[in-house]
Amino acid sequence: MSEAVVDYDQAIATYDPVMGLEVHVELNTFSKMFCGCSTTFGAEPNTQVCPTCLGLPGSMPVANEKAIESAIRIGLALNCSIAEWCRFSRKNYFYPDMPKNYQISQYDEPICFDGYLDVDVDGENFRVEIERAHMEEDTGKSLHVGGATGRIHGADHSLLDYNRCGVPLIEIVTKPIEGAGERAPEVAKAYVRALRELIKALGVSEARMEQGNLRCDANLSLRANPQAELGTRTETKNVNSLRSIERAVRYEITRQAALLDDGGEVTLETRHWHEDTGLTTSGRPKESAEDYRYFPEPDLVPVAPSREWVAELGETLPEPPPLRMKRLVDEWGFSEMEMRDVMAADAVDVIEATVAQGCSAQAARKWWLTELARKANDEGVELAEVGMSPRQVAELQGLVEDKTINDKLARQVIVGVLAGEGDPGEVVEKRGLAVVSDEGALSAAVDEAIAANPGVADKIRDGKVAAAGALIGAVMKQMKGQADAGRVRELILAKLG
Amino acid sequence: MSNHDNNELLHTSANELAAGIAAGEYSSREVTAAHLERITAVDERVHAFLHVASESALDAADAVDAARGRGEELGPLAGVPLALKDALTMKGAPTTCGSKMLEGWVPPYNATVTQRLLDAGIVVLGKTNMDEFAMGSSTENSAYGPSHNPWDLARIPGGSGGGSAAALAAFEAPLAIGSDTGGSIRQPAAVTATVGVKPTYGGTSRYGLVALASSLDQPGPCARNVLDTALLHAVIGGADPRDATSIKQPVPPVVEAARSGDVSGMKIGVVKELGGEGYAPGVEQRFNEAVAKLESLGAEIVEVSCPNFEYALAAYYLILPSECSSNLAKFDAMRFGLRVGDDGQHSADQVMAMTREAGFGDEVKRRIIIGTYALSSGYFEAYYGSAQKVRTLISRDFANAFEKVDVLVSPTAPTTAFKLGELIDDPLAMYKNDLCTIPSNLAGNASASFPAGLAPEDGLPVGFQVIAPPMADDRLYRVGAALERELEREWGGSLLAQIPDLLTQNGAGR
Repeated sequence: MSEAVVDYDQAIATYDPVMGLEVHVELNTFSKMFCGCSTTFGAEPNTQVCPTCLGLPGSMPVANEKAIESAIRIGLALNCSIAEWCRFSRKNYFYPDMPKNYQISQYDEPICFDGYLDVDVDGENFRVEIERAHMEEDTGKSLHVGGATGRIHGADHSLLDYNRCGVPLIEIVTKPIEGAGERAPEVAKAYVRALRELIKALGVSEARMEQGNLRCDANLSLRANPQAELGTRTETKNVNSLRSIERAVRYEITRQAALLDDGGEVTLETRHWHEDTGLTTSGRPKESAEDYRYFPEPDLVPVAPSREWVAELGETLPEPPPLRMKRLVDEWGFSEMEMRDVMAADAVDVIEATVAQGCSAQAARKWWLTELARKANDEGVELAEVGMSPRQVAELQGLVEDKTINDKLARQVIVGVLAGEGDPGEVVEKRGLAVVSDEGALSAAVDEAIAANPGVADKIRDGKVAAAGALIGAVMKQMKGQADAGRVRELILAKLG
Repeated sequence: MSNHDNNELLHTSANELAAGIAAGEYSSREVTAAHLERITAVDERVHAFLHVASESALDAADAVDAARGRGEELGPLAGVPLALKDALTMKGAPTTCGSKMLEGWVPPYNATVTQRLLDAGIVVLGKTNMDEFAMGSSTENSAYGPSHNPWDLARIPGGSGGGSAAALAAFEAPLAIGSDTGGSIRQPAAVTATVGVKPTYGGTSRYGLVALASSLDQPGPCARNVLDTALLHAVIGGADPRDATSIKQPVPPVVEAARSGDVSGMKIGVVKELGGEGYAPGVEQRFNEAVAKLESLGAEIVEVSCPNFEYALAAYYLILPSECSSNLAKFDAMRFGLRVGDDGQHSADQVMAMTREAGFGDEVKRRIIIGTYALSSGYFEAYYGSAQKVRTLISRDFANAFEKVDVLVSPTAPTTAFKLGELIDDPLAMYKNDLCTIPSNLAGNASASFPAGLAPEDGLPVGFQVIAPPMADDRLYRVGAALERELEREWGGSLLAQIPDLLTQNGAGR
């Protein structure tokens, strides 16, 4: 099954890669693109449907104003021109999960066109030119039952769920990305990451790749050198994580290079990315791909956003994510490495909110990137939905700073908050987690530890202060962790000093 | 409750029936039952209906009678029966569009037009026959057999809305709804001596009208006289948030215009290109007489040229098939209607193909194939693109004409009703029947057909077409009412009073 590949460095030494990236963004509008049905994810199959999104005879679409607004805001954020007048078109092809057997999309009149997005690739700026961003409706989902692979071949029958049918999508298409050279895979990943950050900052989509809110198709071709004509491209579909984008582009470069090295030709085709094997496999060849017979959608009126409205929407754009990151790094005093970790964990927003509640940036980073990130990861949810709010994190840190609890107890408090036992203060109370500030009890525990570990005590008396750790541990154990480790250390040193 | 005989109820106009019901002279149930009986008696011969909804009709009639009993104020057509073209959905009643493809499909929702009828207390008697998916000018393309013209049962009642027009002329219903893509309301009205109006595109909602060609289709009112048609127009017209192409303006004052019928000082343009060669002598004669009548009533008559109408038919037969090839793609056996080949041996693609092969008739296939070809890459500009340019030129012809005149007039169709079977093997000759009606669909303006008399050579009805600028639908009714008043004086009443007795005619029915 697996095809010949060449070494990546060798491939890059021989060929110049050119990419084209198509990203579908599922908007988070309340209702669908052309009807009033809900877009909520995960409902029972075929419960969020009506005559229009089921394509019943006689039904008609009406464009969702909010989706048009989101499309324009995305376009403006991508530095695009916004069409003064444009139309929807029908893309005609037969497929069971598309009830009308045409998709309402935009063809030669996209609502947004000619923009760019500057992305950071290892500290260097790389400008990705945007060809267009257009509106369209999503299709339903097919579930093939009875086969070994879950694909249509070999299946007994197929089930169709039309809930997703008509959910608004924005398709963002780059111009050919040239000049990336060996960094092509990183550029692809950085572009999708930057786009995802932008979409999230705009608030127009959940932009979760794992849920399919943001889907990427990667076109790639090789040519002998940057002056040569573009080579034959492949379009790799189903690339649904940042890591996959990088891997898929890298793989396609090595696969196409092997073909060309052998004097062969790249087939113009759709390929499927397989996350598990790290390979792409051939889909349908493009020669036999259908003629979509686009024509302007006669059931809808043209979209003609007034310049005043476009200007108003321009005022609503968020701070561009790269500028915001720069500002936050300065404000928070994080190292580049720390900031990268924060971004990788999607923790920027929650940290910002926690800092706004009076917590120090470093403490906020510590809590969100450790206990809470682990929990979010385990549950497969976003940090914002992990079950502890920025206000509660700030309160937790306040309890640490006024020495009501120590770091170790704080972890138990987090467990309590996540279990729904209330705010950190309440959890401390209910669980009896406050550190013991009773000097008598603490002093007795220190004495006990010294008596039980005479050897260690001697070392400390001899000036080996580092050995105090063992005694601190013993005291903390005795106190069930409910002691201020700093105070324990002071007491030990005082008694043995 | 009353001693009105059925025949009297059948020959009473819709507005008078509504008044009689409101005044308690007779009940909606009596009126409805009389029409259902009439359908039972004559529809074997006429075949206007594909489905008769007796039960829901009588329920609706009872609801109107009950509302009246409670002292509620009734609308101007409340309690009056109506025949609904089978291209519009009505909850609980099958919608077939005259196709095997949709046999047995019961839509789960009401078209906006249907909803407005029901809300107005109008009683829907059933669904009327039509050419399959409204493709045709004779109802001969109906998968359920043709309807017959009540004037001569051996002749076509026009199409695609021949069922609705025949129901009116056969006194099976005083009101009907049609839909007009290239003349499907007006040409049937012309050949049955009834009134049919294609409102301005966007003037009535298309939501729930099974689409043939979205940019051309328009539902509209049909009746036996001008005022009834206007009253029905007022009920179904107006903006609809479910139809993005509906015009967000109030319905033009059609009822007032129908009551007034004053054409003095009106400028009326006779379209030079719609006459002459190919037009039957009796059609031209009755048309010219009607024009003279309007002139005698104080209208100013001028000749107007619309040079691009010559290309209308060609453009129409590219735009319509293109849109219909896409609109009819949804008939794929996956979710509703006919399914062929689902035996575990065929893939979904094969089931789709087998079903479409079995479910569509020849004319539908012909147009889907033409449209698919016209939209394919490499041909799009030459066909669809050029046709759209012609469309712009035709709109320009109209715009220029309406700078000089208030309305345009022409015969509705070049000939009177032809014989069933006469043109069925000659699609081009069949298409030419719509020569006069198609330009208004391409331009989206308002247009109507009114009875102009019987052609001397064959004694069959001739239609008089009036065309008004977009959203000036009231002008149609003004001219129609003037003509009706003048001509009925001459005829000694409605032209339909001269229709031969259905039950003694030869050449009958199915």
